[in-house]
Amino acid sequence: MFPVLKIDDLQTHFFTRTGIAKAIDGVGFHIDKGEIVCVVGESGCGKSMTALSVLRLVPHPGRIVGGEIWLDGQNLMAFSEREMREVRGDRVSMIFQEPMVSLNPAFTIGNQLIEAVRVHRKASRAEAWERSVEMLRRVDLPSPEARMNAYPHELSGGMRQRVMIAEALLLDPVLLLADEPTTALDVTVQAQVLDVMVRAARESGTAVMMITHNLAVVSEIADRVVVMYAGRVVEQGTTEEIFTRPAHPYTQGLLRAIPTLSTAAEDDAPRQPLYEMGGLVPSLTDLPPGCAFCPRCSAAIDLCAAQKPPAFPLGETHAAACWLRRTEG
Amino acid sequence: MADILAVENLQKHFEYGGGLLRKPRLVRAVDGVSFSVREGETIGLVGESGCGKSTTGRLAMRLIDATAGSIRFAGADITRLGGRPLKTLRAQMQMIFQDPHSSLDPRMKVGDLIGEGLRLFPEIDAAARAGRIAEAMERVGLRPEHADRYPHEFSGGQRQRIGIARAIVMTPKLVVADEPVSALDVSIQAQVINLLERLRSDLGLSYLFISHDLGVVEHISDRIVVMYLGRVVEFADCRAIFRHPRHPYTKTLISAIPIPRFGVKRERIPLTGEVPSPLDPPSGCHFHPRCPFARERCRTETPPFRRLSDGHWIACHHPLED
Repeated sequence: MFPVLKIDDLQTHFFTRTGIAKAIDGVGFHIDKGEIVCVVGESGCGKSMTALSVLRLVPHPGRIVGGEIWLDGQNLMAFSEREMREVRGDRVSMIFQEPMVSLNPAFTIGNQLIEAVRVHRKASRAEAWERSVEMLRRVDLPSPEARMNAYPHELSGGMRQRVMIAEALLLDPVLLLADEPTTALDVTVQAQVLDVMVRAARESGTAVMMITHNLAVVSEIADRVVVMYAGRVVEQGTTEEIFTRPAHPYTQGLLRAIPTLSTAAEDDAPRQPLYEMGGLVPSLTDLPPGCAFCPRCSAAIDLCAAQKPPAFPLGETHAAACWLRRTEG
Repeated sequence: MADILAVENLQKHFEYGGGLLRKPRLVRAVDGVSFSVREGETIGLVGESGCGKSTTGRLAMRLIDATAGSIRFAGADITRLGGRPLKTLRAQMQMIFQDPHSSLDPRMKVGDLIGEGLRLFPEIDAAARAGRIAEAMERVGLRPEHADRYPHEFSGGQRQRIGIARAIVMTPKLVVADEPVSALDVSIQAQVINLLERLRSDLGLSYLFISHDLGVVEHISDRIVVMYLGRVVEFADCRAIFRHPRHPYTKTLISAIPIPRFGVKRERIPLTGEVPSPLDPPSGCHFHPRCPFARERCRTETPPFRRLSDGHWIACHHPLED
C-alpha cells in the first residue's frame, strides 16, 4: 500500500535579487493513511512552504526545483495545472492560521460550503446543503442550520476556525494540511478546536499534516513528528521518540528552551534560567556548507562545518540528520 | 516590602458606536481592578484576548486616563497627575511592547532610538547621553557598532533587545512588559526571558508582565493576577495559582494548557462556549455561563473581590476547595 503522501528530496528555492534562498533544501518524509504528522520548527524553517509545495502553490519568485511529491502513489509533479485544480480542495485541503482571511466576508457560510461541494461533486443544492450541515454538526458548531445563513463576521474566531475545518473535510479528502490552525485562538478555545479537528479527521480517515511551532500541541495530537531547521528535516520519529529520546541537538535544545508548567516535585527547587540556544537562525541565502545548525551547536565537530549530514536511521521510525548520530553501513 | 505600584478599583469605560441620534454603548474594558506590585517583584497579568489586561497596563502607566479608581506609584497618588511632574514620573515607569517591528521608528538609527527618551531631559548632556546609551546596549547584549544601524537590519529577537534597551536607559523602577516574547520563536524567546530576569536582579526592577502564555508567566512571576472580561477573578502567589487555584476560571485556564511532554495527558475541564463580548457581558459573575459550578446566585449577584486567606484574593461566590 502506498502512503497517502510521500515527499522525496524536495527542493523549493526562491530566486530573489539578493540571491537564491533555499527555503526547502532536500526535505523528505511520508504520511500514512489516517496518520497525524506534525511538522515543527521556527519561523522561516520551510514548514509552511512544504505544505504549499504539496499543493504546488509556491508563490513567486519561488519554484520547486527538485524532488518528488507522491499522493496516493501518483506523482503530483507530473500533473497538469488542470489536474492539480482537481486535487486541491478535493483530495487535499488546507486550513490556514487566520480564518477571517480565508472566508469570503460577502457570502454566507452556507453559500461557501455549498459552492465547495458543487465545484468538485455532482450534487444538487439540497444534497450539498445537507452535507454541509452535517459537517458543521461534526465540528460541534452550535445550531448548524442557523449558522448556514450567517456571515463570517457574525461568528467568533473559534467558530470561524470550526467552519474552516468543516469546509476542509467536506469532501473527505485523503490529506488535510493544517498550517498553525489554532495559533490565533485563545488557549481555552484552542483546546476545543484541536479536539474537534483531530476527531473529525480520524472519523473520516483523513491523514493530517499539521504545521506548528508549538511543541506542547504536538505532544498531544501527533502520531509522528518531523522537525525542520533552515529548510531541512533534522529529525523525525514517533511522538514518543521525539519527546523522550530526542537525538538531534536542535530538537534537544528546543525541548529544553520552552518554559513549561513545573511539576509539583519541582516546586521547591530554586528557579533555573531557561536553556538558551545561542546565536540566530542562518540566512537562507547564505547557508553554511555543512550542517545548518552547526554554528549554534555546542556539540559540533569538524565534520559538521564541512559536510551536510544525511539522515541516519536510529530505529525503524526514528532518524536524525546529525554527524554525531552516524551509524556504520 | 513596599509597593512600587498599587492600583485600586481601577475602571476604564469606552464609548462604542452611537451616532447623531443613537446613544453610544458603554464598554467596561476595565471594571474595578485592584492589585499591587512590590519593589523587585514580577507580577504576571494573564487572561484571554479582550479581558482588559493591556488596557490595565496602559492605565497603570498613565498612557490613558482612568474613568475611576486610583493609581499609586512609589507611595504617591498619580491618578490625576499631569504636566511636568507626570513627565518626570514617566521616566521611572517604562514599557516594552509585543511587536518590535512596529514599535521602532524605521528611519531612526538604533542609538538614537535608545536615547530618544533621554532627550526629554535637557539636564542630561550629549556626553552623558552617549554613556548611558552605550551602557544600556551592553546590558541587553547589543554590540557598540549596532548603534549606527537601522532597525530593519535586525532580527525579531535583536529588535526586542533594542526595545528593552530603550526602556532601561531611563533607569526605571517599574517596567510594564506587554506580551514581550509572544512574537518570538522558542529559541529566541528563552534568550529574551533570561535577559529580562537578569536585568531585574541587576537593576532592581519591578515588572508588570502581561501575557496570555501561562508557561512563560509561571516561569517569570512571583504573583499572578488573573483577569476575565475586565475584572480580576484571582490574585495570589504564583505557586498558589498553579497548584491550588480557587477560582473555577483559573483552574480551567490552567487545565487547558498543553504540556510538551510525551504521555502527559491533562485532565481537561471542558469549557463550553467562548469568551463573551465585553459589549454585552453576562449578568452577575461574568464567568457564570461557562462555569461548571455556577449556581443561581452567580447569575444575579456580582461576586465581590475579597480576601480568601493571607495573600490570596478572589472574586467568586463558591470558591473551589483548597
